[in-house]
Parts: sequence; structure tokens; C-alpha cells
Amino acid sequence: MGHTFLDRYYRGTSLIHRLDPRLKLLATLASILVASSTPARSWPAFALLAALILAAIVASRIPVVEVLKRSLIALPFAGMIALSLPFTRGGEPVWSWRPFGWELTVTDEGLLLCGAVLAKAWLSVLAAALLLASTSLFDLLQAMRALHVPAVLTSTMSFMYRYLFVLGEEAGRLQTAHAARSAGKGGSLTWRARVLGGMIGSLFIRSYERSERIYAAMLSRGFAGEIHSLARLAWRRRDSWAGLAWTTALLAIASFAQFGAWH
Amino acid sequence: MTVPIICVEHLTFSYPDSRQALTDISLAVEAGEKVAIVGPNGAGKSTLFLHLNGILSGQGRVEIAGLAPAGKALRAVRAKVGLVFQDPDDQLFSPTVLDDVAFGPLHLGCPQSEVRDRVVRALAAVGMTGCEGLMPHHMSLGERKRIAIATVLAMQSEVLVLDEPSAGLDPRARRNLLGLLKTLPQTMLVASHDMRLVWDLCPRTVILDGGRLVADGSTAELLRDAALMEQHGLESPLDWTWITAD
Repeated sequence: MGHTFLDRYYRGTSLIHRLDPRLKLLATLASILVASSTPARSWPAFALLAALILAAIVASRIPVVEVLKRSLIALPFAGMIALSLPFTRGGEPVWSWRPFGWELTVTDEGLLLCGAVLAKAWLSVLAAALLLASTSLFDLLQAMRALHVPAVLTSTMSFMYRYLFVLGEEAGRLQTAHAARSAGKGGSLTWRARVLGGMIGSLFIRSYERSERIYAAMLSRGFAGEIHSLARLAWRRRDSWAGLAWTTALLAIASFAQFGAWH
Repeated sequence: MTVPIICVEHLTFSYPDSRQALTDISLAVEAGEKVAIVGPNGAGKSTLFLHLNGILSGQGRVEIAGLAPAGKALRAVRAKVGLVFQDPDDQLFSPTVLDDVAFGPLHLGCPQSEVRDRVVRALAAVGMTGCEGLMPHHMSLGERKRIAIATVLAMQSEVLVLDEPSAGLDPRARRNLLGLLKTLPQTMLVASHDMRLVWDLCPRTVILDGGRLVADGSTAELLRDAALMEQHGLESPLDWTWITAD
């Protein structure tokens, strides 16, 4: 099931794939910072940032459409917030509507802000989508450890990633078993809710038991409270160059954005 | 007589919910022996295994090469006893094969360069050279079983304790695994319902039933004893009557 979606592209051999995950993580965070600090009116800066990230996607040789598709998943969340902005901000009214004595007024300031919020959210997610598609989750966790993200968080994510698939398969088997014993839509809503509740409970108990076996397996191999892993990150010269280039580009865009905002 | 590598004397254990799991088990295994532990589900095979490296501890004596699995010796004992769980998804908890095989030696305090060396050798021993970067969820059950064995080979354990190594494997994967287990020189305890595997691999068999050790002797003799097998819910691999019977 899900794993082809999650890790289909991380095995590429492009420059982007081969860069140190620490660099990629920092570069992504920096891009998100620039995207979110760009003032609302600086459309050319947003366009430049989009061009920069798209260039990186092209360089990674991952199908652009695929990354774009993935970048859309966060838009509903940002969209919910952004959609309220045109109605709630002050400014010149552009359009107004009076359903049942209510007054809804769309303002130019509000529209501008709505567009800016959408652009910021989309660019941030686009950068993150490229990072996730071109880096194995495992490398990413190593990079996070190297950048002092607490081990509890990274090992929790590591276990989650490992057992997501195992759990998914178990859920799939439960569903198949359920489907095999029920015909059609399967009874009333309450009955179906009860069946679903039973499945979730059963999955929970299985996972709980599995966690105990995993813990026993870890203890058996010397685990004593702290997870150690092989050091394998190696910073190369190309990482320094790529980091320098990306920083320069981001700085240029950021200062262009500030300059653009003055006028 | 030499000191047995596994020495269990009068071991009794009940779970916190007061379910009696093991009653007065005594067992001595010499270095290099391959011993099958057979018995119906719930007989206490897995519980016994968890005592060998101190995950569980009951009343009685357990010693591995003269060391009790407790206190300061716990780490040394866990290094000596390589436990392979029945479900490789429990054994393989890391995102990649490399990390899983490296987990044991790293946590037993091996320096990084030696760990890498051991990983390479362990993977070669199970016929999975070059699989370091693979993820367990991309591998077949047979492959995952092999990696699970590699995880304890990398610890250079003297004793391998395998819980149902052939369960769920198709005939070819089972054959391959059996071939692999035969080549390994370590002392082995193998819990299994697969009587042909027991027959082929282990000269000595111990039967557990209801938490008690009911028989300990040569595989050839015990598995021929149809009445004994029947009594403890087992099947002799030599019983072919089901094919000829009409």
C-alpha cells in the first residue's frame, strides 16, 4: 500500500539526492523562513522563490507534476484560514453582498493578504515536498539528530515510520476479514460504528502487544535506555558550494522582497 | 565434564496475572549442541527463551557460560545469547537493514568501524550481502527472517535461540533457511512446530507441555514414539499413514 507513495523517489542519483541531508533540511527551513517573511505585496519575490524551488525540483529529476501534486495537500488547511481574510480585513471595498440582511464585504487589502497567505503556504509546502521526496526519511532523521532535535522525537518518528506499514497491513487484513463476512453496505450506522470501534480497539491491543515484543527484542540486543546509531553523514565540498549558492539566492530574494515593499 | 553453556535448574515462573508458565524446568546444553524445544502452543517455549537472557526472571537458577543473567553480568549474557523472535517485524525495528544488524553490536559497545565489519560479515553469512540500504517493509518474509538471524550473528553470540524459525515460510524459503541454520556452528535452541525441521537440524529434542519438561532425549527416539507425540499434541514427521490411509 502506502509505501510506494512515501518512498518512491528518494533513491535517485541527482545532485539534490546526493547532497548532505543536514544541508537539505537547513536549506528547506531557510526557504520557508524567506517565504513567510516576504511582505504581502512582493509578488515578484514570491515568483522568484517559486522559480528557485522549481529549479531545484527540476535538478532533482523527480517528475515536477508529482512534487506539485504533493505540495497541494496542505492547501486546504491554509485555504481555510486564507478564505476568511478577504471578508475580515479593513480596506477599500471591492465587492459586497447582502444575503438576508447580513453584510459581506470583500476588501482589496483582504484579497491581497489572502493571496499572500496562500502563496507563502504553498511555497513552504513545495520546498518541504521536495525535501521529503528526495531524502529518505531515515537520512532526514539523522540530520535532525545532528541538528540536536531531541532523540525522543526522532526515535518516535523512526518507529512510527517503520511500523506504519506493519500496522497498515494489519488494518488491511481486518478490513478484508470484515468485508468477507458482510454483504453490501452492512447494516445501520450504529452497527457499523460498533464494528469500526471493535476494529480500532483490536488494532490498538495488537499494537500494544507488539510494542512489548519489540521492547523485548531491543533489550535482547543490548538496549539500555539510549539509542545509538552508526555515524554516516559526510559533509563534502559540494555541500558547502550548494549551501553557499542557495543562501546567496535566498538572501537576494529576501532583500528584493524588502526593496519591493517600499514602493 | 565441561561446564554446560546453558544451565537451567528448577526454574519456575508465573506471570503477574498468576498464570503458571513454567514449573520446575531443568535443562543443560553443551556448547555446540542443537536442541529442539517442541510442545503445543502455550507450553512455555517462548517464556523459557525470555529467561535465558534475563528479560524475564523466575525462581530457580539460570546460567549462561557460568553467568547469571542479572545485575552486572546482564549485558555480557545478552551478548552471548542471540534471541531471534518469531515475527521478524518485532526483531527488525529500525528503518534500514544496516541499522538493524548494527543495533546489537553498537549497543553492546563495539566501536563503529568494527560494527561495520560485523554487519558485512553477518549479512554474508545469511546470504544477504549488499542489502544494507533496504527497508524491512520492502522485503519478503524469508528475507526478513534471514536479516533477523543476521542481527544476532552480528553480536557474535555463542548461543542462538530461535523461536519458530520456519513459521510462515514457503517450502523454498524454508529449505534455504534450514540450509543456513545447518551451516551455523553456534549452540542452538530452536522452538518449532515444524517436525521435519527438528528432525533435520536438531539431534536432541526437549518436549515441554503445560510449562513442564516432559521429555528430553535424542530426536530420533522421541519423534519415533508415536504415543508420546500424540499425548503432547505433536506429530511425528515419520508418520506417513495419513497419505496411504484411505
